[in-house]
Amino acid sequence: MTQPSRSPITVRLTRYFFVLFPGVFLVLAGAWSAFQMEEHGHVITGMNNQVVWGLPHVFAIFLIVSASGILNVASMGSVFGQPVYKARAPLSGLLAIAMLAAGLSVLMLDLGRPDRVVLAATTYNVTSVFAWNVLLYSGLFATVLMYLWTLLDRTMGKWTKPAGILVFVWRFILTSGTGLIFAFLVARQAYGSALLPPMFIVMSFAWGMSVFLLVQSGVLWWHHLPLEPAILKRMKNLLALFVLAVLYLVAIYHMTNLYFSRQAAFERFILLDGGTATLSFWLGYVLLGTLLPIVLLLTPLSARVCNVLMASFFVLIGAFSFLYTFIVGGQEFPLLVFTGYKVHSSFGDGMIASYTPSLYEWLLGLGGLGVAFVITVIGLGLFNFLPRDVVEKASVSG
Amino acid sequence: MSDKCAQSRRNFLSRGAALTAAVAIAPGILLYDFARARPVGEPASGKVRWGMLIDTTQCESGCDECVQACNRENALGSDTGATAPQWIRKVDLEQEGSGKKLSLPMMCQHCAEPPCVEVCPTGASFKRADGIVLVDKHRCIGCRYCMMACPFEARSFVHEPVLDHSGATPRGKGTVESCTLCVHRVDEGRLPACVEACSKSGHQAILFGDLSDPASEISKRILSVTPTHLRADLNLGTGVSYLGLESS
Amino acid sequence: MFVGMPMKVWRFWWYLMGTSCLVWTMSLQAAVPPLDLDIGLGGHCVDDPQYMRLNHMKLLLKQRDETVRQGIRGGKYSLAKCVDCHASKVNHSVLGTDRNFCQGCHVYASVKIDCFECHSSSPTVHTLRRQAAVESHKE
Repeated sequence: MTQPSRSPITVRLTRYFFVLFPGVFLVLAGAWSAFQMEEHGHVITGMNNQVVWGLPHVFAIFLIVSASGILNVASMGSVFGQPVYKARAPLSGLLAIAMLAAGLSVLMLDLGRPDRVVLAATTYNVTSVFAWNVLLYSGLFATVLMYLWTLLDRTMGKWTKPAGILVFVWRFILTSGTGLIFAFLVARQAYGSALLPPMFIVMSFAWGMSVFLLVQSGVLWWHHLPLEPAILKRMKNLLALFVLAVLYLVAIYHMTNLYFSRQAAFERFILLDGGTATLSFWLGYVLLGTLLPIVLLLTPLSARVCNVLMASFFVLIGAFSFLYTFIVGGQEFPLLVFTGYKVHSSFGDGMIASYTPSLYEWLLGLGGLGVAFVITVIGLGLFNFLPRDVVEKASVSG
Repeated sequence: MSDKCAQSRRNFLSRGAALTAAVAIAPGILLYDFARARPVGEPASGKVRWGMLIDTTQCESGCDECVQACNRENALGSDTGATAPQWIRKVDLEQEGSGKKLSLPMMCQHCAEPPCVEVCPTGASFKRADGIVLVDKHRCIGCRYCMMACPFEARSFVHEPVLDHSGATPRGKGTVESCTLCVHRVDEGRLPACVEACSKSGHQAILFGDLSDPASEISKRILSVTPTHLRADLNLGTGVSYLGLESS
Repeated sequence: MFVGMPMKVWRFWWYLMGTSCLVWTMSLQAAVPPLDLDIGLGGHCVDDPQYMRLNHMKLLLKQRDETVRQGIRGGKYSLAKCVDCHASKVNHSVLGTDRNFCQGCHVYASVKIDCFECHSSSPTVHTLRRQAAVESHKE
């Protein structure tokens, strides 16, 4: 009897562990730094009473938003019936699970009391969007696992579409929920905007697609399989569209703020005087993360596969840069409590706060990337998650 | 054995009595505008709404007696570094244009609709029946979402292990904390430490009392003046309000 | 994995496992000396000692929630009271050595205590005056 779910392409075990090792190393480094933070408290990080969410949140939110976005590939296959995407749905499901698990690990280990995280489930506050997200995140795991089951088990094939629709709806709500974490913060100039949930959704599309293109090419390269130029072309056009849509929403967000005179000082800070936050916005997000990928994707340069992959990589650089400006820059600017007064205090009133991420935060964040990597590699080793059309073609010709 | 314990109880009692006496010695200051303590065994009542009226014209720039009293009461230390706790702080203001200078103490505003309570995933941030907003540190997982949500930067995160446990409020690493309105004192019928210290220092800048009781001094005073609530645009129903601050 | 293994071998394996567990547990019993606690002032506990040994954690948690969240003061089962009566006269604490009241028993029973990261393990001015206030109210 043949085993249809097994990949016809095998990889030698030594080589497999050779690939796995850097991921495991990152996970260990992340675990070590989480342990240090638990032991000494957050005083060893760069975070303080003004900038309460730092680099770990940048990594965690990147991972969670991308996890949801990666499922776009699955949705276009199973919900909108596009065969090219359908063939890639298993890989997209695996990556979503890996990145969601990684993002949640980072988020959890950055808590002040990670040992008490179970309280988030046992004592539930219904008005908290954080608490809703606890349900949404665990629900996404369940729905994606169910969806993967319908994909990998041929007898479950008829359930693929309903499961795909469930995943589609669920991740839509989940990304909105992530955006709402910030949208509900009425008191802070940087947040409290209804534009944020849709912005996060479109960002998830762009970031997820970039991660997918990079991982797909890595996996195919590893298995000595070709990357179909025609397929890549379709996906890169979509990516360009997403990147432009994100740019549009980011521009609208800043333009509305610029129009409100009470927000003028904040916008001046983010766009002109914010130091690292400003630099990471203009250089990281606008230039490297948006304009460069657009050029690489929408000009004849995109004919070369490596340029498309470069574009994907830079979209991710843009993602991190944007989140850094959004999360850290948004907190560095002081809250406006006394309108019409110049204020000064020992607690940072009226002053720009400062934040420099420490080694521990970098390691925790990179450890998160390691978790995603390890889960992906293990998943790829155990099941057949390769793009099916490529595999079929290779086995026919080989 | 039982003798020993009875003896120790007597010791406690006599020491306690001495302290109670100290409270009674200066009644004019300490028990000003204040009813009796709530009887033992009774929960905080929703008929009471504790609040403060801060008169910025009585508050002296450079004076930080309230801050020191808070730090002493809760064993917070006097460090003002970026990761150090500050439950109450002095803010110096200068009006743009006129250049008018003001000074005022800033702390948790004990909102009627506290954003910190709404966003807290575990319900650790909560509002007691009598309007005091607290952190139940047994439930706090240290996510800091409340600190993001607070419009007044009133909260601190405990960044380091706490070594000094001599304070009135238990506190520990990895949880969020803020002004408790000296709930332990209020429950005993005493004034919050900052209020007492302000009064002792010769200023009468902080008036504490029951906003729900029309006969209380704070309620009577509020009738005759127009206090400013910080971030009134957010409509949070802050329990703390300010005098002498042109509307913000 | 064990498919095809003779039943005799299988049974012998379980017998071996069972005996070694038993021997191991008994050796632990023998190795640990009986508990010798410094109970501080001691005296009459707020409730029957055996009841307290079994239930102090539940009682403390219940009263803790009522006090913190509802503001009910003066309850019978207070952590500060435990500390006041049972702090060692040597180091004025319920922690410190494996003879101290809380630490000693919790080490013996291998249960982590999560109280004293925040709460004082020695009697403080505040706990004393709070209790005095409660007592004077009752009178």
